[in-house]
Amino acid sequence: MTIELQASIPHGRIEEKWVTHLDHIRLVGPRNRPKYTIIVVGTGLAGAAAAASMGAMGYKIECFCFQDSPRRAHSIAAQGGINAAKDYRNEGDSVFRLFYDTQKGGDYRSREANVYRLAELSMGIIDQAVAQGVPFAREYGGLLANRSFGGVLVERTFYCRGETGQQLLLGANSALAREIHDGRVRMHTRTELLDIVVVHGRARGIVVRNLVTGEISSFAGDAVVLATGGYSNVYYLSTNAKGCNVTATWRAHKKGAGFANPCFCQIHPTCIPAAGEHQAKLTLMSESLRNDGRIWVPRTKRDTRRAAEIPQDQRYYYLEERYPRFGNLVPRDVASRNAKDVCDEGFGVGPSGLGVYLDFRDAIGDRGADVIESRYGNLFEMYERITGENPRQTPMLIYPAPHYTMGGLWVDYNLMTSLPGLFAIGEANFSDHGANRLGASSLMQCLADGYFIIPLTIGDYISRHPNGEIGTEHPEFKEAEQTLRERTARLLSIHGTRSVESFHRDLGKLMTDHCGISRNEAGLQEALKNIPEIREAFWNDLAINGGSAELNQSLEHAGRVADFLEFAELMCIDALTREESCGCHFRQEYQTRDGEALRNDEEFAHVAVWEYTGEGRTPVLYKEPLHFEALPPARRDYKK
Amino acid sequence: MKLTLQVWRQRNADDAGRMARYRIDGVRPDMSFLEMMDLLNEQLNQRGEDPVAFDSDCREGVCGTCSMVINGRPHGPSRGTATCQLYMRHFSDGARITIEPWRAKAFPVIRDLVVDRSAFDRIMQAGGYVTVHSGPKPDPNALPVEPEVAELALDAATCIGCGACVAACPNGAAMLYTAAKVSHLGLLPQGQPERYQRVQSMVAQMETEGFGACRNYAECEAACPKKISISFISRMNRDFLRATLAEPVNPRGTMDSQ
Repeated sequence: MTIELQASIPHGRIEEKWVTHLDHIRLVGPRNRPKYTIIVVGTGLAGAAAAASMGAMGYKIECFCFQDSPRRAHSIAAQGGINAAKDYRNEGDSVFRLFYDTQKGGDYRSREANVYRLAELSMGIIDQAVAQGVPFAREYGGLLANRSFGGVLVERTFYCRGETGQQLLLGANSALAREIHDGRVRMHTRTELLDIVVVHGRARGIVVRNLVTGEISSFAGDAVVLATGGYSNVYYLSTNAKGCNVTATWRAHKKGAGFANPCFCQIHPTCIPAAGEHQAKLTLMSESLRNDGRIWVPRTKRDTRRAAEIPQDQRYYYLEERYPRFGNLVPRDVASRNAKDVCDEGFGVGPSGLGVYLDFRDAIGDRGADVIESRYGNLFEMYERITGENPRQTPMLIYPAPHYTMGGLWVDYNLMTSLPGLFAIGEANFSDHGANRLGASSLMQCLADGYFIIPLTIGDYISRHPNGEIGTEHPEFKEAEQTLRERTARLLSIHGTRSVESFHRDLGKLMTDHCGISRNEAGLQEALKNIPEIREAFWNDLAINGGSAELNQSLEHAGRVADFLEFAELMCIDALTREESCGCHFRQEYQTRDGEALRNDEEFAHVAVWEYTGEGRTPVLYKEPLHFEALPPARRDYKK
Repeated sequence: MKLTLQVWRQRNADDAGRMARYRIDGVRPDMSFLEMMDLLNEQLNQRGEDPVAFDSDCREGVCGTCSMVINGRPHGPSRGTATCQLYMRHFSDGARITIEPWRAKAFPVIRDLVVDRSAFDRIMQAGGYVTVHSGPKPDPNALPVEPEVAELALDAATCIGCGACVAACPNGAAMLYTAAKVSHLGLLPQGQPERYQRVQSMVAQMETEGFGACRNYAECEAACPKKISISFISRMNRDFLRATLAEPVNPRGTMDSQ
């Protein structure tokens, strides 16, 4: 088996590619659409938008989520905002500038044509959301308000207080609710995907487990769309929801879909540090805090004084000193790496020594307590609720945490994976953010994929095949169901001594230490030696109580951790193979004299796509070369 | 900290259920309530007992998945806080804590503390949307919206759909939830064309689902983790009244006799 990497990028100038493509792709007529069934897995921004849009076009949609309601998908937790090149502020913003910022922010490791299309579609997303009733912030005159975000020089971010993701998801979900009501979308909640079914080289359906009854069953369709999010929970502690997992994309990979750039994981700089071993997840504090907060550590190592007792000249404002032009507003990867560096050197603060201060004292002094309160009051409250400390009086403690994965299933320009009939949208694919994602871009990509791209491009695939060729009575479905029943039985029959949680924590710690903010060869080799050991312990010493034919949360978690334990290895192999530093991927062996990331465009200007070759076998690497036609790569330097 | 927990255990929807008592040690004040539950489950797992099933996901107070009645109050003692953002520092060492699922006719128990809230989704499906397809739309700045109106709409739209309002209501009413959804769209210009049809459909669905009637106890507002005001209920009632009295069901036909 080999993977064919046909990116199918349309010809022509970059501004013309998408328009020309739409003029020429094959469509499915309105009378034929109801004959085709499309399976959509996941109901975050990408999944809900795709299911609602395609349902409204007339396709028959089977939609799945493991949550108890489609509205609870993790897109809901996005705080800051959504970018669009509207240029309402008359600052010279344009589609090209948004494209430029996204390419540069991603350190030139994404596909130009996809990124340009994303910038092009950004404006329409705002129009669409407003039409659905999303209550964006308004100026006094009633027009839409904007704010700025890290890594760019214009104000192009639209927002709803600190809950933009929630409002956009409720918008997409209201459209989905309408389609469910009208019967064009059949919604299956508390239902988890366990595997993808492939017949004659094409994705034909999925096998799922009803999380309430434990029943394992199959659904067949003419195409399968995965909108199943990212895999930051491989680190156990991340800003992702507890349920986020890699199962769908990993299973797709094992069935033939190439996995692209798995080592690209964004570590967000402003999260509340772990309080102790019991910590179950990390909470993000919006990046917008860096607009007014100053980041510092004491100049003396292991200084145990309280923040207020440390005089001004003994405070090390390391970002402002190292990056005078961007200061505290450097991009996420740079801010995270610097925080880790100062903590590793012994300057860190807080009980664990893994924390830096984010201080609002000067901002309150300069602008007044009222102004700062109006901007960040709800975030201060949230911080106080969690830590019991008041950030108006003592500086916040923050530390980086895994947040978003730029890597994902490889897709072509139509968002189809290398497995025909299987599509991946939103965070589940790899395409638009390169090696680092800019703030307020994930909502934009999910909705562009879901509202505007997949509903059209999927027709190009579907129209080439007759509808409903294969049903769930096909032996491949029966076989897949049987294998999964056996796997479930095996998980329950280990009768060991350790909980699922304990294995997940072990894996997370290993990945944080060796495949986190900075990586090196020795550490990655170490991780590659240890992961199989944890995996073996898992399959020999796991203890799950309860049965398979009932709601069993430990069993659900065990299935997800089993997949993380396989996937983690691929992440480390990819990190080891990419012998350069770019964006979030910082290999200590490849840095400039002053400690900045050293990219290698000669050898690594490609997408690393991995093919699964069987259990215990080394995966095979394919490369999709990246061509920079509209924008030649430049060194990403935030110092000058 | 050492605690005594009284937890509702119920194997499935058909099981009668009972309260079980657990002693738990090693709880720290900086643990979240759900981390304390994780610890309990770890200890139960070690003893070979079934862990307590409970719902949670984002653990940031926004997905609305977590749902526990703690010492008789939905989401526990702190105002404007979902269970996942409640911390153990609000409890004293040696405390006895009672933990139950949402209790309402329309939210049947699935297992232990997990309930079925799909009735909420069906209320949304009955009319909680503006009918628009995906595709090109007019520029939003062509239709200005007063910032106060947009903010008020957002106050309503901030509802996380957790169901604490229903659990807190002596009648098990879903008025605050439905009113928040109706008001969000009813306040904005985009929601006007379907405004009166929407309120009727959603209220009808709410009643079909078996939620109780509103008696203005205002317990819902007190329990709401997003502090949504009951003034939205009166707004919905006004819209509902207008829809049934003033607005003809068929604007092009004759008004039904009242």
